[in-house]
This record gives sequence, structure tokens and C-alpha cells, in this order.
Amino acid sequence: MPFERRRHRGKPEGGTRPGLALRLAALGGILFLHLPLLFIVLYAFSAEDKSFVFPPPALTTRWFAVALEREDVRAALLLSLQVASVATVLALFLGTMAAAAVWRSSFFGREAISLLVILPIALPGIITGIALRSALNLGGLPFSFWTIVIGHATFCIVVVYNNALARLRRTSPSLIEASMDLGANGFQTFRHVIFPQLATALLAGGMLAFALSFDEVIVTTFTAGQQATLPIWMLNELVRPRQRPVTNVVAVFVIAITLVPILLAFYLTRHGQDAAGSGR
Amino acid sequence: MSAAAWQAGRADPIARFARYLHSRPRLMLALLLTPPLLWLGVIYLGSLLALLAQSFFYIDEFSGQVVRELSLRTYAELLTEPNLLVVARTVAMAAAVTLACALIAFPVAYYIVRYASVRLKALMYLGVMVPLWSSYIVRVYSWKLILAKEGVITWLAEHLGALWLLEAILAVPVLGGPSLSFSMFGTFIVFVYIWVPFMILPIVAALERVPRSLMEASADLGAAPIATFRRVILPLAFPGVVAGSIFTFSLTLGDYIIPKVIGTSHPYIGTVVYAQQGVAGNVPLAAAFTVVPMIVMAVYLTIARRLGAFNAL
Repeated sequence: MPFERRRHRGKPEGGTRPGLALRLAALGGILFLHLPLLFIVLYAFSAEDKSFVFPPPALTTRWFAVALEREDVRAALLLSLQVASVATVLALFLGTMAAAAVWRSSFFGREAISLLVILPIALPGIITGIALRSALNLGGLPFSFWTIVIGHATFCIVVVYNNALARLRRTSPSLIEASMDLGANGFQTFRHVIFPQLATALLAGGMLAFALSFDEVIVTTFTAGQQATLPIWMLNELVRPRQRPVTNVVAVFVIAITLVPILLAFYLTRHGQDAAGSGR
Repeated sequence: MSAAAWQAGRADPIARFARYLHSRPRLMLALLLTPPLLWLGVIYLGSLLALLAQSFFYIDEFSGQVVRELSLRTYAELLTEPNLLVVARTVAMAAAVTLACALIAFPVAYYIVRYASVRLKALMYLGVMVPLWSSYIVRVYSWKLILAKEGVITWLAEHLGALWLLEAILAVPVLGGPSLSFSMFGTFIVFVYIWVPFMILPIVAALERVPRSLMEASADLGAAPIATFRRVILPLAFPGVVAGSIFTFSLTLGDYIIPKVIGTSHPYIGTVVYAQQGVAGNVPLAAAFTVVPMIVMAVYLTIARRLGAFNAL
């Protein structure tokens, strides 16, 4: 560690208050992250429908009604919700199983399992997407609801796995031993001891997986064929805009639908450090 | 549990199965591992390997059909000048984006760790996490509104009397364009915007691990705050920056949506892969192209490991 012991003559450390430059830079960074979304909300109320002119000439709420009436928007919204739900359930099962296996036992290739679980989000989405698509082509399988689900579940597993494993590692083994000593079998121990410990972590993991699946677009473009999830619908509008106000409203929907599960997930895992029965 | 219940438990087939499993931990392990391994190992890894295999096939020039025999012909095609230019452009963009992300992320992370009160810290943390998890496509779209010729940037430049500056930026050859929405600057801004949360979090994690006593010791030994920052904090936070750069670099290498929505017609690795497997129907070349980010990232990860980035993840 480069830790030189040269003496500097200067003011004693007075760093309890940040300098103006740092405060501005930090504020600027946070604003940079959030201001753009406010523009989307603003434009959803804009009366102008041909361009993105700023400031909007007048404000209106009529686009919300127009968007909700649109058959294609409703179909895309429904498809997205269905895909996200099924992918989340699959990821919950597979992620929990993988986490349980890695947690309780040491076996040959345990590290490889962790790597395998993380790989779908570590590699750029386009690689996962094109790999699945070419495999579907090689296997002669047509695109369907399930091909989208397969792609989504693959990269959602890691979210559940991480949440479940972190919680399991904080669950004291002595609780499980006590349960077994008192005569409960493996299933009973899981139901009455492990699962209650794990429940909020799984709920949080499931929420994040849902949000991740709901607005995924890169893998989906490769496995969806002609079907349009809500993000695919948005992407098509972005490349070839047809009705900008409706797109703005749909964008607001997407923000709202993904924000709720994410906030809930953080609420559920906010006490990251303390867990019941941690005797370690 | 009463004796009767225990007796019932013995007779219950589920309970017996549970006991049977408990006496055979290897079988239990196999049952737990098989479904996720089938999914990830067979479906996912199998697809990846199949893709890799296809990069060794090639397209017959006359029929346009994929010839399924092993050959390095596609890789020879990959190494021609226009394709290398695409790789160079993408890597340069990824490097520039990574640098900008680090510059924006560091003050935010530093403020979160050192100065924010408990409540503000939680709020700022959430303020970084929410954009990381949510609405990728919507967040890209927001810049379509902002950067449009008639949008807020132009309006702002007009009112600040800085229209000449905007025009000067757009007039830069290659990087400029008719409007920010159709320029390489635009692509760059959106990349930075989308990936910066991935840089903030690892830096926060690295800074959290710098013990306060170390800074106090440095101050006690007479170092000015700026010296403490440069000689104590920065070296200790650097692995966090490298860890964040793994994300920003890799994500930029593989993205094809952002350059398609905001930017010029100059191709990037992602857009070429998309076009080759789709419109052009040249899956072998698309597959060979996906090998490029894998190799670049493998090299990058090797260097990052040397710099200690994995301890900061």
C-alpha cells in the first residue's frame, strides 16, 4: 500500500464539512440520474403531438385515455406482465435450489455453479440473446411466449440466487440442528425454520426479478419473434415513431410499474446486517 | 411432538422420504442441483457453445448458405479493415464512457460515504439503485426528448446565449451531426447516463471499507486533507473504480440499442452483430463478432484482477 510517511505542513484535517465543489458535483451527479425521467413525465402531458418541442405549448391529460384505449398497448402490457410473472416464478424455484445446494454442501465444481449463475448477466445481453436465438433455430423451435420466458428466467435466476444465498449464509446452522434434534424432518425444518427466515429475501429477489424481466429489451428482441412486450413496443416506436404522445404515456407506465417492486425489494432487505438467530 | 404424532410421522410417506433424503446428503444435493443445472448448463451454456461453434462455419459466397464445416474463414473475414474499425470504434467509445462514468461517479460515491447523514445516505443509495434496476429503454428514450433539435438542450442554449457553443460542438467532424440526437456525442452522453450507477456502487463499497482511523492517522501525521485524499483515499478506492469499469466497459461493448436509437449510422460491435444475424443472415460472422467482447473482457478481467478489483465487487 502506498502509504508514505512524509510530513505535510498544512491545516489540520477539517473535513467534517464537504467543500462546495464536492457538494455541487455530488448534487449534479444525482440530478443527472433523475432529471431525464422528469422530462418524460412532463412530455406525457404535452399537448404537442408532432415534435418534442420544449417547453410544451400546453398541457393535457388526454393522452392517458388515448393510450389506454389502444389495443396494441394493452396487448403488449398484458404480455409483459405474463412473461415477467412466469419468469419470476421459474427463477424463484431455480435460484433457491441453486442457493440451497451451494449453501449446505461443498462439492466439486461449486465455484463453477456460482459462475454459471452469474454468467447470463455478466456477458452482454446481446450474446445471451443471439445464442438462444441460434439454438432455437438449430432446434427448429418456433418463437412463442415460452421462448421469451426461457430467456428472461435465465438472467433472473441470479437475482434470486444472490438474495437467497446471502440470507441463508446469515441463518445460523444451530437453528436447523435444533429443529432436527427436536424431531422435525427435513421438509418440516424447511417449512417451519428455514422458509420463514428466507421468505423476505425471496420476496425481494422475486420483486427485482420481476422488474428486471418487465423492462428487458435486448434478450427479448432475439427470442420474441413477432410478439411485442411493452419494451419491444417502445423500441419499435423509438426507431420508427408513429404516435409520440402515446409513447410518452407508455414510458410513464413502465416507470411506475418497475418502481413499485424495486422500492418494495429495498424495503424488505433494508436490515441487511441483522438476522434472527445469527450466532456466528 | 406427541408419541402418536411421531408414530404418524413415521408412517407418513413424505416424512419417510424426508428421513431417507436426510440419510443421503449426496442424493439431496443432486435433487437440488439438477433443475438449475439442466437450465443453465444445458439450455444456456449449450446455446453459448453452439453459438461459438457456428463462428467456425462460414457463408458460401455464391449461394449465401451457411456451410457447416470447420474453418477459420469467418475469422479471416472478421479481421478485415472495416470490421477492425468497428471493433476499434466500440472499444474507444467504451473507454471514453468508462472514464466519464468514473469522473461523475467518484464525487457522488465520496459524498455518500463520507458526508451524508444516515437518512440522506439511504435516500442517495436508493437514488442510485433505482435507475440501475429500472426502465432501461425508457431511460434511453428520455434522451430522445432532451437531445432533439427542438428539445430542452437547444432551448437552454438559446436562453443562455450559448447557441454558438452548441453549433460548434455539432460541427466537430465525425463526433458531431445535425442535432445531438443524431451525433456521436449524443450516443456518448446516453451511454454514460445509463451506466453511471454501475460505477457508483462499487466505489461506494470500496470507500466504505476505508477505515476512518486511517484518515485520522493521516491527518494526525500532518497530511493536508488534499494529501490524505491523494495518498490514502484514492489508492484504496481505486479497486472500486476498476470494479465499476468492468461493468461500464462490458455493458458498452455489448449494447446495440443505444447507438441505434441515439446517434449516427456508424456501426458498433452490437449493431453489427444484430444486423449480421438478422437482415444479412450471416450467423457465423455474427457469432465470430460476439467472440470479440468476450476476448476483450477476458483481457480486461485479467488486468482488473491484478489491480485488486475483485475484492471491491
